[in-house]
Amino acid sequence: MLEKYTDDYILNIIENQHYKTRTMLSSLLTVQDDIGYLPKNSINVVADFMNVSTNDVWGVASFYLNFRFDPPGKYNVEICWGPTCHIGGASELQHTALEKLNLVNQGDTEDGKVSLKFNTCLGACPQAPLISVNHKLHGKMDVKKFSKILDKLN
Amino acid sequence: MNYEILKSDSDKRWAELTNGSIPWIRISDAMCCGSSLGSDEIIDNIIKYSAENKIEINISRVGCHGICYAGTIIDVLFNGNPRIFWGYINPENVIETINSYIQNGEILKDNLLGSYGDELIKGVPDFTELPGIKYQKRIALKNSGNIAFDDIFQYIANDGFSGLNKALHSMKSDEVINEVKNSGLRGRGGAAFPTGVKWSFMANSKGKKYILCNCEEGDPGAFNDKGILESDPFTLIEGMIIAGYATGSTNGFVFIRHGHEGPIVRTEQAIKQAYNNGLLGENILGSGFSFDIEVSLTGDSYVAGEETALMESIEGKSSKPRSRPPFPAAYGVWGKPSTINNVKSLSYVAEIIRNGSDWFKSTGTESSSGTAIVCLSGNIANPGMYEVEMGISLGDVIEKLGGGIPDGRKLKMLQTGGPLGGVLGSDSLKVKIDFDEMAKAGAILGSGGIIVVDDRTCAVDLTKSLVAFCQYESCGKCFPCRLGMTHLLEIVEKISRGEGQIEDLSLMNKIGKNMQAGSLCGHGQLGYNPISSALKHFQNDFEKCMSGNCPTGSCQERKIVFPINTRPNAWQVKVGT
Repeated sequence: MLEKYTDDYILNIIENQHYKTRTMLSSLLTVQDDIGYLPKNSINVVADFMNVSTNDVWGVASFYLNFRFDPPGKYNVEICWGPTCHIGGASELQHTALEKLNLVNQGDTEDGKVSLKFNTCLGACPQAPLISVNHKLHGKMDVKKFSKILDKLN
Repeated sequence: MNYEILKSDSDKRWAELTNGSIPWIRISDAMCCGSSLGSDEIIDNIIKYSAENKIEINISRVGCHGICYAGTIIDVLFNGNPRIFWGYINPENVIETINSYIQNGEILKDNLLGSYGDELIKGVPDFTELPGIKYQKRIALKNSGNIAFDDIFQYIANDGFSGLNKALHSMKSDEVINEVKNSGLRGRGGAAFPTGVKWSFMANSKGKKYILCNCEEGDPGAFNDKGILESDPFTLIEGMIIAGYATGSTNGFVFIRHGHEGPIVRTEQAIKQAYNNGLLGENILGSGFSFDIEVSLTGDSYVAGEETALMESIEGKSSKPRSRPPFPAAYGVWGKPSTINNVKSLSYVAEIIRNGSDWFKSTGTESSSGTAIVCLSGNIANPGMYEVEMGISLGDVIEKLGGGIPDGRKLKMLQTGGPLGGVLGSDSLKVKIDFDEMAKAGAILGSGGIIVVDDRTCAVDLTKSLVAFCQYESCGKCFPCRLGMTHLLEIVEKISRGEGQIEDLSLMNKIGKNMQAGSLCGHGQLGYNPISSALKHFQNDFEKCMSGNCPTGSCQERKIVFPINTRPNAWQVKVGT
């Protein structure tokens, strides 16, 4: 399969990365921020750029839980399941999302429109339980409000 | 650049801003009180209003007041009056509120929080009498909510960088270390190690040395590190430069989790402004001392906040802890001597140097000087980020600042110091907020997170959520933690399902002891804490659940969907093709 993003395209992104100290991790973060995921060839391009083995780069890319290896959906929905959100009823939100999106766990919907992720802490606990849609936080969530938000995604 | 010139320039700007001829609107815009509640739209509406009505308005985005429950908060300084504060502001009600005040001098009673200044207005309550403000004592957060987080001149006008100026021009580096030692400042990241002592380990080595500031902050229930960086990043930067000077370091990294845009963008902005004004880079304030700071981002990994894992992450590798010794002060990031401090610890440094260590020591308790920044969340009326004097009781924090437990429920548990911390029962309200007192009670103050849990939650249910978190976030490097956490979760889950047996308790104890003895870092060593502390206070809940009678029913109601790996394709791709 032909890669949509050429080696030159990816090299250009990581050569112009925002970070002063350039590492495997900073390069991978830059690629994902730009493209939305890590295309297969980006691993090799980062390996060449950093002068390390492909294996090393795979090690880092597969370790951090924020990296994806296929294109994300149009909507990134995250549900916090940390302890504060848990006692606020996060598990109900999890079940609501799974039912509405026809999924069994976090992942992408069949039409590829929504990527669902369970996050360990979205960082605004006073507004628990929290969800986010495309990185915009929505606090004090309940099943009714969340269902409405999910219904609007298309 | 000369500090005196910077200061007089900043003072001039501050005087213009505060003389009352043009209304100055300050809007609280941290993650909890601002952006998650629509602060961007509120600001847009004010700008539009100002343009349409041709009214000149100064707008500053400021940090957190601590009373997250009343967000979004705005205040207006105008016409020689004190600052008037309104809470619960949203894009819809903001214009009416400011228009009535600016155009007609009418102070709307709706959502009015109070006024703050030398002379109060009749009929308007005193803002500082609000419980969430009154019982706070702010040192690290003294600027938060009062100055713009993106304007270095406002910071300098409020004595910013005067601590740095004092250190660079009138103190030797070992005097700075001694001052911090004498202040009794202890690390606010969790381990509570004396900050000055930590610095002294690195003072004698030569060459490239690093100051690493830890803002990974993955603890659920804690948001104060991000809160500081969003509210007042300059205080942190000043503290880091002073730490750099004291230890003879050359470079600093502020370490933040990727995706937390507020803290990242605001810290980068503050660093840039510091460079532009000669406060970072070569020859800072003409002292001959040079220091550089940059932001380093990590991916989603809780263990990245562990000190050696953090160094691996800065080097761009997987954030797995290293074995010690060698310790970071000898062999840190890229093998160079490094000191790691938490955001909160470094945020006290500038004030300690500016006012002296005795001043700092006069606050707090004998063993824990200064203040604690606690984050209240969970079943509490007024959740928030409150800076309180060490020595205040947990009961006062819950009742006076937090406003007690809502919905007529009763307090059952307090979960403190992050998921690896501990659980306390409702009999713990007399315990004082103090590193040693909290440890004696069987919990830790840690990073300051306090999750309040009422009597609707079963202790097994809460424990399950904590253990699930720790299991999910184990980095997997050493097996006592990787396998131990998984085994513990299986057992707790079984108990929660009503299928546990009494022998499970001794089995968990055995696993926990092995993890403590055999794990490489705190994640595994402390991994049994959530269970052991819950058992200490709530063994009854565990036993009831075992016989299928969950005391509150929450074990049955809340079925956590444990996340599976999101990377189905990762291992199907042929490497190197």
